[in-house]
Order: sequence, then structure tokens, then C-alpha cells
Amino acid sequence: MTAVAATRAPEPALEREAVRSWKVPIALAIFTLVALVLFVALGRDGTSTFRLSTEADAFRLPDLALPTRAGCIVLTVLMAAITAYSVVRSRAARKTPLWLIALFGVLFVVAFLTWASAGAAVPVPGLLVGTLGLSVPLIFGALGGVIGERVGVVNVAIEGQLLAGAFASAVVASVTRQPLIGLIGAMVAGMLVSFVLAAFAIKYLVDQVIVGVVLNVLVTGITSFFFSKVLTPNASVLNSPPKFSRIEIPVLSDIPIIGPALFRQTIIVYVMYVAVALVWFFLFKTRWGLRLRSVGEHPQAADTVGINVARTRFWNVSLAGAIAGFGGAYLTLGAVGSFNKEMTAGAGFIALAAVIFGRWDPLRATLAALLFGFAQNLQNVLSIIGSPVPSEFMLMLPYVVTIVAVAGLVGQSRAPAASGKPYIKS
Amino acid sequence: MKLELRGITKRFGALTANDAISLTVEPGEIHALLGENGAGKSTLMNVLYGLYQADEGSILLDGVEQHFAGPGDAMRAGIGMVHQHFMLIPVFTVAENVMLGHEQTKAIGRLDLAAARARVREISDRFGFDVDPDARVEDLPVGVQQRVEIIKALSRDAKVLVFDEPTAVLTPQETDELIAIMRQLKAAGTSIVFITHKLREVRAVADRVTVIRLGKVVGEADPQSTNAELASLMVGRSVELTVQKEPAKPGDEALVVRNVSVLDPNGQKVVNNVSFEVRRGEILAIAGVQGNGQTEITEALLGLQPHVSGEILLDGKSLIGLPVRKVLDAGVGFVPEDRTEDGLVAEFTIAENLMLNRSTGEPFVKGGTLQLGYLNEFAEQKRKEFDIRTQSVQSHVGRLSGGNQQKVVLARELSRDLRLFVAAQPTRGLDVGSIEFVHTRIVQSRDAGIPVIVVSTELDEVVALADRIAVMYRGSIVGIVPGDTPRDVLGLMMAGEKPTEVAA
Ligand SMILES: Nc1ncnc2c1ncn2[C@@H]1O[C@H](COP(=O)(O)OP(=O)(O)OP(=O)(O)O)[C@@H](O)[C@H]1O
Ligand SMILES: [Mg+2]
Repeated sequence: MTAVAATRAPEPALEREAVRSWKVPIALAIFTLVALVLFVALGRDGTSTFRLSTEADAFRLPDLALPTRAGCIVLTVLMAAITAYSVVRSRAARKTPLWLIALFGVLFVVAFLTWASAGAAVPVPGLLVGTLGLSVPLIFGALGGVIGERVGVVNVAIEGQLLAGAFASAVVASVTRQPLIGLIGAMVAGMLVSFVLAAFAIKYLVDQVIVGVVLNVLVTGITSFFFSKVLTPNASVLNSPPKFSRIEIPVLSDIPIIGPALFRQTIIVYVMYVAVALVWFFLFKTRWGLRLRSVGEHPQAADTVGINVARTRFWNVSLAGAIAGFGGAYLTLGAVGSFNKEMTAGAGFIALAAVIFGRWDPLRATLAALLFGFAQNLQNVLSIIGSPVPSEFMLMLPYVVTIVAVAGLVGQSRAPAASGKPYIKS
Repeated sequence: MKLELRGITKRFGALTANDAISLTVEPGEIHALLGENGAGKSTLMNVLYGLYQADEGSILLDGVEQHFAGPGDAMRAGIGMVHQHFMLIPVFTVAENVMLGHEQTKAIGRLDLAAARARVREISDRFGFDVDPDARVEDLPVGVQQRVEIIKALSRDAKVLVFDEPTAVLTPQETDELIAIMRQLKAAGTSIVFITHKLREVRAVADRVTVIRLGKVVGEADPQSTNAELASLMVGRSVELTVQKEPAKPGDEALVVRNVSVLDPNGQKVVNNVSFEVRRGEILAIAGVQGNGQTEITEALLGLQPHVSGEILLDGKSLIGLPVRKVLDAGVGFVPEDRTEDGLVAEFTIAENLMLNRSTGEPFVKGGTLQLGYLNEFAEQKRKEFDIRTQSVQSHVGRLSGGNQQKVVLARELSRDLRLFVAAQPTRGLDVGSIEFVHTRIVQSRDAGIPVIVVSTELDEVVALADRIAVMYRGSIVGIVPGDTPRDVLGLMMAGEKPTEVAA
């Protein structure tokens, strides 16, 4: 046999020259400036207290008390230092490391909390518990969104799937008196919404975004109608599901600060931990995931190796719907205890933002959802302890964070190449 | 395995792309399929591969009739295909691409990446490829991507292999390697269908040659026929294989490029301090192996590159830093290297594509509205002038065959009032007839006094067109030599060697 030589001598690397990017330092400078004006120039006097434990905790940490003005100044100086370092890095055409940007974010949030809670106490465990609670539907929704987009179908109908799941779980659990059966009902409902999306988007090639939007309106309409005409008059039979009780995980739930938030939760939240890990694992480590991603990136290439594009898309979009529907059940069976008109309140859209901010990765999307949940909860907590910011502004907070995060920080991440594009076979 | 296609007919609406085509490939035979752009070669192969369903006819393997519902069936039957347009997932690694569709798994469905890597290495070693199984496909040069396609087809132990224009994007050396691989496969008993527009390759490997024209088999040819014989059989008339051109009558300097460097987004210097000038009425060819900065320098001319330093003057006016619109308005015509990606909007009609960069004013737009009457008249006229083979100027450009797509781009660019014409890979993937046409048009533009830059990795093309040749290597110009420089000197320059006697 004649082997063909294809190796060539290794070549020296091409010359390099710096390309400078000023995006990060400019963004950091703007935030530092805001901090300077708000926390220092308009600084407040008094003491800010961070309560780190609740009465129920096994190990109780003492409260952390900071003099407000001094604390804000120190934190702002630290932020200014990071900004200066970032300027130095950019001048040398280096990137500012991500962890430093994250640290900056944390400092900003702590400074803000310190400033806002002058003369009051911030219940940190409560802040975290609330964050997780608000994040659960977002995380399930984001998982549904990640799977949908990875397989090439934009799942704008997350909102509808969450709402359908919430509605179905309330009714099914009320009738059967079994919250577990309610969960199944939620998954089926979310899946049904997905079926419609999949049928129109994959089989009839209707624009996916339009189908998704229409589905959201449709589900909102239907559930609102049944809520006021059927559920409300028969609330005791149809809309009073048994709630899941909290399960405490021994030892873990006693970890200070984060223990109660993470490990004193309902079964739905524990399922969520598993679901996030599983979706990540299956997406990136298994045959199922490889095929799913190939269909979302280059359906024709997938077709040429014998993968059935339409079928792969159909079943995975259905799965995505089931996961989102499951998340909807948390609203009724985990949190509120009954179904309410339009109770998702835009969570599906925030979940969609988390998908993009999380760069179509289940783990990052989860972190993004937690961030959005935190912003939402911060607004609740601050309105309770009485913050100096007008409440209208606080209501904007989650959405401002979403917009800043998605528009400013996503950068050049790439969606799956064929996401949103129908595959037409000749 | 013996492959027989009997009476295959495939229609797309009113168009019959394959009309009762019969073809037999014996075991261990390399069967070349020749034909113009749009003759129906890829369609026939897609039918064989199960991607398209034939309207009539049958496929037999070793005498047994096959029914393929999809590519999966065809692959299981032992058919492999290297597609004309790469069927690779850009964000996957080589190993992932190769394993896709027949993945080996460990417990709980985990991918066995180690096995896939080993498979890639084994095939690479067998054929002397140098492919890293963990490289991401989108980071690889096209030549290597082509090898990945080949590895993918080989990894399934195909008994019948289809190569659909694998050499269109390969350098001459890579082509020679591929030819050696085909011989090796043939020796092992694999039947091969080989589609190409380059007649030299046909003569090098083919055992038999079938020629298709307008969807029908027009006959078999002897692989040792001359270029002229094969060409006239394909096109149905005699073809001028060398461009007729008068010596250039260069006028004033029109384009001056001085000390231009281009940085890619990572700060890599992809064009390094390049200087040249082009006179009115001459063709400067930029030669070089793919990926030595030619793409970037043409994009820099057009204003498509963000980090450009140096000076680019067209008729004394600087082009650097201008938005693309202004560069176009300054009279720069541009044929991009990848027509489907950068030259056309596949979902637009031919007529719409013909006015794509003239949507800012008269005569196509008046008072903010499209002048459809004028547009259609214009499109019809260009269709005749450039012989664009289509059912109607209202059909989508994406449906045209490669050669005809290229004619649409050329028609658009050459129908403007040009002060500079830049053509990158103007004949990539085109048949001999279309190449003749494109070359003639380029020479005509030159003779009309337009300065022309032709970028080509194809030495034949460079030698055929150029009045002067600039050879690029690793971002720099190795030298600028006269158009009649011998090929072996050019070959050495393309490998980075400085020419000994640099002509003025
Ligand atoms: N999916 C499709 N729908 C409609 N028409 C098509 C389709 N695919 C190909 N055609 C048409 O069928 C004809 C044959 O195309 P095909 O791609 O088989 O040509 P080819 O011989 O491979 O040409 P080339 O050398 O340019 O690759 C062309 O006229 C083309 O426009
Ligand atoms: Mg073809």
C-alpha cells in the first residue's frame, strides 16, 4: 500500500498584534459611577444589618452590622479598583477575567443592599429562600427552552406551557387529592401545548415564533376563562389542591445561610436539581444529546447520516413542553396552593431570556434564572424593609437586570445554527 | 459491490432533473460522472443515497433491488457519500462528526468518544491523513474538512462510495492525495462514483466515464480522451479551453495598496504589510494556497474587515474605513469567494438578487418603491446576456445549479459602472463551458479599461487570466511576477520561496 504523506512541517505561528476591546471597562466604569453617585454622594447614615440566620437554624450565626456610609465607601473603592485593573488589562489588550466581573457584580449588589437597608435589617436566608422559590419555574422553563432551541425549534411557548402546567396540576391534584398525580397532569398539559407548537412548526412549517406567541395568548385565554367560569365557582372541588410539604434533608439543611434555601424544599425542587444535571448530562454526553444537537445545528447533515429530523424535533419539543409544564406545577402545588388567573406573570419570557443569557447551556441557563429570580426577590424584600428607592423603580428591577444581562453581557454567543429554521426535505 | 441504476427519473415540479438515467458501476471501478452545471449529477447521487425519492426507476446492488426510504437505509446497504456541500456540523469535533448516526455507547447511553477517536485515528493512519479527532470542524481549513467528510464516509465501511466534486476546494497537492486514496480504495474492491469538472482528474483515475447533459445520459467516453473531446461532449459544442486575450494595454494606476495589514478578531496578523498597485486595463492575479490571506485582503478592499491599517487608494481616494455602501458607490465590483454565503440571498428571486446592491436609488427604486417593471425587464436582459439557465427570473436563486448562481453574481456586478473589479475564486465549482464564459467576461472588462483583481487558488486560472501575478504566502506577498512566469516557479513561490529574478 502506498501511504500518502500529508504531514507538513510545523509552521511558526503568525505574528500577533493586539486587538483592544473597551466594552468591559466602560461597563464597569458606568456602574462604578452609579455607585459613586448613589451610595457615596447620596450616601445614607446609620447601620445596615445583615441577618445571617433564622430562629429555626441549628447553628446560628451572629448578625452582621455595618456602618452604612463607611461600608458603601469601602465597597465603591473596591469596585473602582476592579475597574482600574480592567482598564489596565484592556490597554494591554487582555481580557478582564470573568470571575472578576462576577465579583464586581456581587460587590455592587452588596453595596446596594447596604445602602438600601440603612437603619434596617436584611434577612439574608429569607432573601435566598425567596430567590430559589421564584427561580424554580424560571429554571424549568429555561430547561424546556434550552432543549427546544438545541433541537432547532424556538420555544416561545414556555409561558403557555408553564401556565398550562399550573392549571392542570391544580385541577388534577384537587380532583385526585394526590399532588403527585397533579405533577403528571402538569407534564401532560405542557406536552400538549408542545404538540401544537411542534405540529405547526415542524409539519406545517408555520413560523415558530408566531405559533409560540399565539399559543401563549391561547393558553392564557383558555385558563382564564375556565378559572373564572369553572374553577372559581367550584373552588373547593377543582382549585384547592393539596400542597407538597417541605422535606428537610438532614445535615445539609443545617449548613448556615444556604442550607435552608437549598435543602428545606418540596420534592419539586429536588426534582429540579436532578433535572438540571440530567439535561446537561444527556445533552452533552449521550447519543440522544449528540443527535439532538446535530439536528439543531445542521439538520441536513443530520439527515444524511440517517437521523430522522422531524421525529427528533417533534419528540424533543414535546419533552421540553413536559419539563416546562412540570415547572408550572411548582406555582400551584409548591408555592401558592391554588391556581390563579395569569399566575405565571411573564415567567416564561424571563425563562427565554435565561436561555439566551445562559448561552443555550442548561447549567448556565440555570444560573441566569437564579440571577433573575434574585432580582425579582430583591424587589420584594426591599419593599418590605422599606427602601429609599420608589417602588415603581424596584418593580422594574428584574426586567432591567434581564435586559442588561441579555443585551450587554451575552456578547458573541451563538445560538444553535438552525434554531427557528424549518427543515424542508425535497 | 456492483451498483446499477436503471431508468432513474427525478422531477422537481416542471423540471426533469434526471431523465431515465441508467448507470452501472462494477466492483473496484472508478466511474467518473461528467456534465455541465445543473446537468443533474448531484440529484442522481442524492437519489442513490436516499435523500431524494426517484419518481421512476430502480437501484440495484449486486443485482438485488433496493428501496431506500432515507439515507439511513442507503448507508446500511453499504453506500457512502462525500457531499458536494459539506455535511458536517461546524461546532462538533471531528470525532463527533464521524460517529454521528452510528454512535458506539457505554452504559446508560454515554457516548464512547474514545472509540470514535480511535476510529478516526485508524482511518487517518491508513490513508496518511493528518487529522486531529478533537479539533472543532469549523476551525479547520476546507481541505481538512474535506478529509473529515471522507473519513466519515469510510468509517462506515462503504462498499460504494460517491465523491461529489470533492476536489473543487482542494489544492493541487491535496487533489493528488485524494486521487491516491481513491486508487487505494479501488484496489480494496470499493466501487467509486467520482464527480468532477476537472478533466485532468478524470484522466488520472477514471476507469469509465459517463457524460450527462440536461438530465440525460449522452454517452460514455474513453477516460483517455483529450480535454477538448470531453468538454465538447459535456457541453454539446466545442469549447475554448484557453482564453483568447490580447496583451494588456495598461493605463494609469487605478488602485494603490500600500503597507496594508489586517488583524483577525484574535489579533492574528492575517495580512502582513502588503503593497501592490493595479493599472487600468490589466488583470492582477493573486495566487496562493487557500488561507494565506487572500480572502482577507479582498475583504479589506471592500470594507468588510474591521482591523485594517495602511493605505488603499482608488483613483486617488482612500477606501479605508469607508462603509461597504460607500465602497460600492465608489465603483468597486466584488465577486465573493463563497457565493452561497456572501454573494446571494438564496430565498430571493434571481431578479431580486440582480439588484441587491442597487436598492438605494434609481433606476431600481423611485420614491421608495421598487420599479418592478424595470427590474423584470433588466433581469430578463441579463438572463439572456449571461445565459442564466432557469425556468424564470422569478425562481429562487437557491434552486439554481452552482454555475448558474455564479452567473447571477457576475451579472449583478458587471452591470454596474465599475472602476475596479475584484473577483475571488470566480470559477470555483463551475463546468468548462461556464469557465470559458466567466473568463471571457473578465477579459472583456479588462479590455474595457477596468482594473481587475482575480484571486484564485487554481494555477490554471491564474495563468490563463493574469497579466501580472502576486503570490501570497502566510499573509505576505512573496513576489509580483509577470503573467508568463512558468508554473513551477509559481508553485515554489506558493510554498513561500522568493523568486530568484524578480521582474519589475
Ligand atoms: N431541491 C431542488 N428543487 C428544485 N430544483 C432542484 C433542486 N435541486 C436541484 N434542482 C435543479 O435540478 C437541476 C440539477 O441540479 P444538480 O444539483 O443535480 O446539478 P449538478 O449536475 O450537480 O450541477 P453542479 O455541477 O453545478 O453541481 C438543476 O437545474 C437544479 O436547479
Ligand atoms: Mg452538483
